Amino acid sequence: MVIYLDNNATTRIDPEVLDAMLPYLTDFYGNPASMHSFGGQVGAAVQEAREAVAALLGAEDTEIIFTSCGTEGNNTAIHAALAAQPEKRHIVTTAVEHPAVLNVCKHLEKQGYRVTYLSVDSRGQLDLMELEAAMTGGTALVTTMYANNETGVIFPIAQIGAIAKAYGATFHVDAVQAVGKVAIDLRHSPIDLLTLSGHKLHAPKGIGVLYVRRGFRFRPFLLGGHQERGRRAGTHNVPGIIALGKAASLARHHLANVTQEGRLRDRLEQGLLDRIPDCVVNGGGTERLPNTTNIGFKYIEGEAILFMLNKHGICASSGSACTSGSLEPSHVLMAMGLPYTVLHGSIRFSLSRFTTEAEIDQVLAVMPDIVEKLRALSPFNNDQSDWLQGRELARSA
Amino acid sequence: MWNYSEKVLDLFYNPVNQGTIADTDEPDVAVVYGEVGSIACGDALRLHLKIQESSQVILDARFQTFGCTSAIASSSALTELIKGKTLDEALQITNQDIAAYLGGLPEAKMHCSVMGQEALEAAIYKYRGIEIEHHEDDDGALICACYGVSAPKIRRVIIENDLTTVEQVTNYVKAGGGCGSCLVGIEDILLEVQQERAAIPARVAAEIGEAQAITEVPPRPLTTVQKIKLIQHVLDTEIRPLLIADGGDVELFDLDGDRVLVSLRGACSSCASSTDTMKYAIEAKLRDLVLPTLTVEAVAPQRT
Repeated sequence: MVIYLDNNATTRIDPEVLDAMLPYLTDFYGNPASMHSFGGQVGAAVQEAREAVAALLGAEDTEIIFTSCGTEGNNTAIHAALAAQPEKRHIVTTAVEHPAVLNVCKHLEKQGYRVTYLSVDSRGQLDLMELEAAMTGGTALVTTMYANNETGVIFPIAQIGAIAKAYGATFHVDAVQAVGKVAIDLRHSPIDLLTLSGHKLHAPKGIGVLYVRRGFRFRPFLLGGHQERGRRAGTHNVPGIIALGKAASLARHHLANVTQEGRLRDRLEQGLLDRIPDCVVNGGGTERLPNTTNIGFKYIEGEAILFMLNKHGICASSGSACTSGSLEPSHVLMAMGLPYTVLHGSIRFSLSRFTTEAEIDQVLAVMPDIVEKLRALSPFNNDQSDWLQGRELARSA
Repeated sequence: MWNYSEKVLDLFYNPVNQGTIADTDEPDVAVVYGEVGSIACGDALRLHLKIQESSQVILDARFQTFGCTSAIASSSALTELIKGKTLDEALQITNQDIAAYLGGLPEAKMHCSVMGQEALEAAIYKYRGIEIEHHEDDDGALICACYGVSAPKIRRVIIENDLTTVEQVTNYVKAGGGCGSCLVGIEDILLEVQQERAAIPARVAAEIGEAQAITEVPPRPLTTVQKIKLIQHVLDTEIRPLLIADGGDVELFDLDGDRVLVSLRGACSSCASSTDTMKYAIEAKLRDLVLPTLTVEAVAPQRT
């Protein structure tokens, strides 16, 4: 049996979503752009899906552009924002963004743009004063995530947007982790552009959305055909779009019960803190997504924990260096200034509406032994270790 | 998920020889430990050895590891490999031996096996009173500031593991895996080593050819000057780079007929039991490349 607690990486396809999309992989294969009824009925289904996604976001259907993924949405949003105000050469973002934003910003720096990377505090939260200080009349774009993928920390979107608007900057939000987990109403929001990805809310991989506020001077990123009213060329991924529409409808209904997910998350989090000494919640003490907890188990390393969990059929993820190809630990946890003992041993558990109480109980049953076993192997077993202090204290000071 | 061998997973889930070794004050027994890595780097290993002093045999080996699956498995494998071996025999174990014992490691995880080899050296050198940290990290320019990796260490790993790309260097010693600002420096070292490798056979062949030309027509033995010249050349190009990479060195002290007198330096100089090994390694090379009748003897280092 698999206990899947890595839902911030991707989610299982909801069976209802699968049922909705399957006919569009078999019988209804027409191109929605075609001028015949076989394609036309597909086009109508695509429109229904668009309206379902718009309803989830509190948007208008004409403000929805279907994309292939969150990365495409983020890339398109940033380039569109800069194209809308070409005379402005300054971007503000944060140090804890997803690579789909960070790496675009780094690329743009090489093109001559100036980028400000806002820091976060030890809770993973932004300082709005720092944002205000960074803004100038030349700021073209403020791009931040809605909620962090690793810690679940939610940024104060309304306040960030208000500051961006005060300086005439476009406000883009990478809401890939937030959509479906917290209520978002774009009718009452300063957000100009917003990105989401289908596979984070129980639709398949390969479908996403870029919301573009009505009236925004949008310049397309992908050029070609006239799909999406000329704003995103490329034949529609119809099964993916139908699936996303259904997933959006289900997510709308689920938002009313998201407290159940939060209750299980809290039970897991508190249970681990109660049973295991020397562990801390990363991002605790500020508003977080209800499905995410990131816990640092001191003196042991994350990948080793993951492999032990895997043996019990439990899937989670880690921000440790050993799980990344780059040999660098999580840039998010690093930006939070966590001590090495915590950041190398951090594990993210992310739940979904399919997570059960029994699964949480199973994690609580096995984690203490896993941590104990790995700590017995470790040369670092307390903060007073001489070997540990040489490097550790330099960072935490 | 990393594609680990069955052996890696077995030694991770069921590690052998974990823990410490208490000093029991037994006669003829020494307990020592060596440690490498740090909490900052994300992996660290403390290797404990119990040594029979008279025979220099490792009676027991145990480990404490902070690190990932392959770091723990590599540590466990190392302890299995070295138990029952003499210290000199243990020093011959390379990171490739550790990886082979494990049925291979993903290339990005090879640094775990290097950590095992370094901890072993650290423990043995500590027992022998040799300051390994000096030659490893302080002696030579720091190339990778993120992980504190020096140029000599990068050179050594390149030579020992026959590495050809920057990516491989990163996989073996982590250098370049951080901010990436040292990648050009690593590339330069790779290029230097490659150029040296390419040049050695040609130079030695030229020297030998020169010597043969001298000896063949007319057939008469090398003069003392010719012998010294050729011995010095082989020492400089074939032997010293390897010793220097390991923290040691050798100098030609004198030549008495076919007796080559050398002075061992650095880590080699205070390593009494390894003198014979060094001698035979040096002697074999000189016999092979200069004259088959040569014998090599170590003399005490000259004070300057």
